[in-house]
Order: sequence, then C-alpha cells, then structure tokens
Amino acid sequence: MSATFHPPEELLLAYAAGSLEEASALLVACHLTLCPACRRLAGQAEAVGGSLLEELAPASLSDGALAAVLGRLGPVSATARPAVRQAPARPQPPRPGLLPRPLRDYVGADSAALPWKRLPGGLEQVPVVTRTDARARLYRIAPGMGVPEHSHGGLEMTLVLAGGFSDGHGHYGPGDVAVMADGGIHRPVADAGDPCLCLAVTTAPLRLTGLIGRLFNPFLDL
Amino acid sequence: MLDFSFISPDDRGRIAAPGHIRPRVVLTAVGGSDLAGRRQRVNSGTSADPVPAQMTRLLAALAETHDQADFIRLFEYYAPRIKTYLRRLGADDATAEELAQEAMLTVWRKAGFFDPAKASAGTWIFAIARNLRIDRLRRERRPELDPDDPALVPDPETPPDDALAAGQRERTIRAAVATLPPEQAEVIALSFYEDTPHSEISTRLGIPLGTVKSRLRLAMNRIRAALGDGPTPMEDLR
Ligand SMILES: [Zn+2]
Repeated sequence: MSATFHPPEELLLAYAAGSLEEASALLVACHLTLCPACRRLAGQAEAVGGSLLEELAPASLSDGALAAVLGRLGPVSATARPAVRQAPARPQPPRPGLLPRPLRDYVGADSAALPWKRLPGGLEQVPVVTRTDARARLYRIAPGMGVPEHSHGGLEMTLVLAGGFSDGHGHYGPGDVAVMADGGIHRPVADAGDPCLCLAVTTAPLRLTGLIGRLFNPFLDL
Repeated sequence: MLDFSFISPDDRGRIAAPGHIRPRVVLTAVGGSDLAGRRQRVNSGTSADPVPAQMTRLLAALAETHDQADFIRLFEYYAPRIKTYLRRLGADDATAEELAQEAMLTVWRKAGFFDPAKASAGTWIFAIARNLRIDRLRRERRPELDPDDPALVPDPETPPDDALAAGQRERTIRAAVATLPPEQAEVIALSFYEDTPHSEISTRLGIPLGTVKSRLRLAMNRIRAALGDGPTPMEDLR
C-alpha cells in the first residue's frame, strides 16, 4: 500500500516550516504516516529548517537568562530512551483500518463510534478541525455513492483513509491525496464494496454547481 | 513595493552571496573546571570539526549524562538563535526570550528522546522551537507524525541507521542550502521565517505564485540532488 497521489511539495515544505494552518497540517501529518516518500521529503525540509536556525545571527539574551533556566531545570523525562539503543524493530505492516496517530489524537481510534451526521446521498460527516481559515472533516461515503458535483473557491484536499473513490481525474486509494485547486470541478464516486473513509480539508468556501449541488451541498453545514 | 524589513541587512547580504563563509562561533567556557574534561572530549575531532556537529554530540551526551555543563553549552549556542528565529516570526523581544528559554527547558527535559541517527541537534531543536511557537503564539495544535505509530506504512528499505550517515546527511543539506542560487535561497528563507502562505510570499516579492512554487521545488531538488536523491515528479496542482 503505497500512495500514488501526493500533496503538493510546497505544502510539505510549509508543514516542515510550521507555517501551514492546523487543518492542512493534520492532513499532511496523516499522509506522512501513510507515505514513506513524502516522509523523506518532509524530513529533508525539516533539516533545512535546522540548518537555517544555526545560520541565524544570535540575539542577545537578558543577563539572567541562563541562570533563570538553570534554576528551572527539573527532572528529565521519565520515559527517556534506554542508554543502550536497541536495534530498530523489523518494520511491521501497518495495522489495517487503524487511523493515523495524528488523526487519532483528534477523534480517537474508533471511527465507527464518532457522532456521524447523515447527509443526503449516502454521505456522513464529522467535523475535526473548524477554523476560519480552513476546515478538516471526516467523510464516510456509502459504497458506489457519489458526492454531488461541486467546485472550489480555494483548495480542497481529500486524503483517503479506507476504501477508495474516483473523480474523473483518477482513482484514489488509501494514502492518496486528491487535490482540487481553485476553480476545479469534480464529482467523487466511492468504490463499490466498502464505504470510503476520507479526511477532507477545505481552505475557502465552495461554490455550488448544478441543481443537485444547490439542493444539498454536503460541504456547507450552515 | 518590496518589503525586506523582515530580513536583517546581514542576511540580505548572506542571501545575495551564496557560498559565504559562516563565521566560526567561539564557544566560551562557562562554569567551573569540571567543564574542561568534557570540552576536550567533545573537541577531540579535527580542528575543522564544525560547531553544529559538536552540538549534536553534546546533545547526545546530554541524553546520557544529564550534565548541566553540556546543557549550558547547548543553551549558549541555541537559545540566542531561537530568540532570533522567534523575533523574525513576529514575536516581541520579551516573548521571544521567554519562549527561547522555554524551548531550552524542553531540550533538557526531552534530551533522552534525541536520536543522533535520525536528526542533528539543530534540526531537533528547530522542531521544538517551531512547535512551541505554533502552540503559544498561533494557539493551534501541531499535528505531528509519530514514527512509532502502528498505522505507519514503513519505509520500503531500512534506512541506514547510524549516526555517521545522519551527520553526513545534515552536513550535505547545510552545504546545499548555503550554495543555493540567491532567488531560491530567498523563497526558502521566507518559507521558514514568515508565518504566511506562499501566496503572500508571492505578493511580497512581486513575483507570480507559480514562480514561488517552482523556485521552492528547484531548491528542494538541488538539496535532494546533493543527497543523491533524484528529483520528485511531483504533480502540479490540477
Ligand atoms: Zn506522499
């Protein structure tokens, strides 16, 4: 299981730099859990951050800064790594169906137990991050069902966590990120078989297209 | 109208002059004579041993010994730089100082988690400062990858897990960053020192967003090429 569709590279850089808003950062962190290639890129970008930090001109600290910190040195973390480093465990295949840790930190381990809100068209949603600049929501799409056609005023990214969907641009399986930029129109349809579970991040209000979209827009929960 | 006020004159020169020689930082001895032995040990490499590599060994030593003298040297090197980093990102002087101290306290507390096979001291401490800023100044959560997550899809091949390789990787990245073409170095620096989307970088620099993105990708490709990685065939936004 290796992702085919990845977030734009500059988003990985923004994640490493710490400038990405929370909703998109959550999606990126989940993708990094599922995609070794992007994990490597993000690691390199973070190392660029470390190297830039060391290049900065040092600011002057107040006179008592060091003494103040030394006075606050408490006990070290009890769960520190053992003095003798053990050989890394053989990589285990990921546990199927387990949500990535960054998402578990928000919604817990059991996605079935979430307060799913039913929307028309075999669609269910749970808000995860709701901020003014961006939102992250979990969606569950019934097998074979489609999300009404919609277009975007901003960026929409959808990370597949289980199952899969097609939207006319491609087929997306677990770990894949479908990216819809400004003005794109798509109509995702879930695979037959199992429900499709995905994390969708929108960074601007959507415009609706088509009568169906106007009748019920799952992305607008006003 | 370009606004470079957030880049110090010093760095403007630095960005415009790739391949500059970074001034060697002189580590001053702090504390008593108990430092001498350790300092000698840490400096036992060649005289060209760069400070960042010394710092990585110091932090690894701190993880084992919890020796205040090691901590003091890390503090003297990193705390003033973390403060500069936070000032660049808009924190006032008092806040930047307070958070720099806080970041170094986290370094002390979490030193046991530092793994020199995975990252240099600079990268590990950068991540601490970055996350602290997101938490305190932006008041957002920082969703963070957990390398021990049972949901993690493992790397296809086990990466070389020795400190030497990691140190080499970081040195290579540092050298590649230092020799980026000025226009690429500029967008990389702005990515790290501005809490703004790339679209705002585009506005600031007066260049199209697509140009910002392509410069960022070119820069990362250069860094990857230096590491022996090929360029990534990343798709453009559809
Ligand atoms: Zn990826």
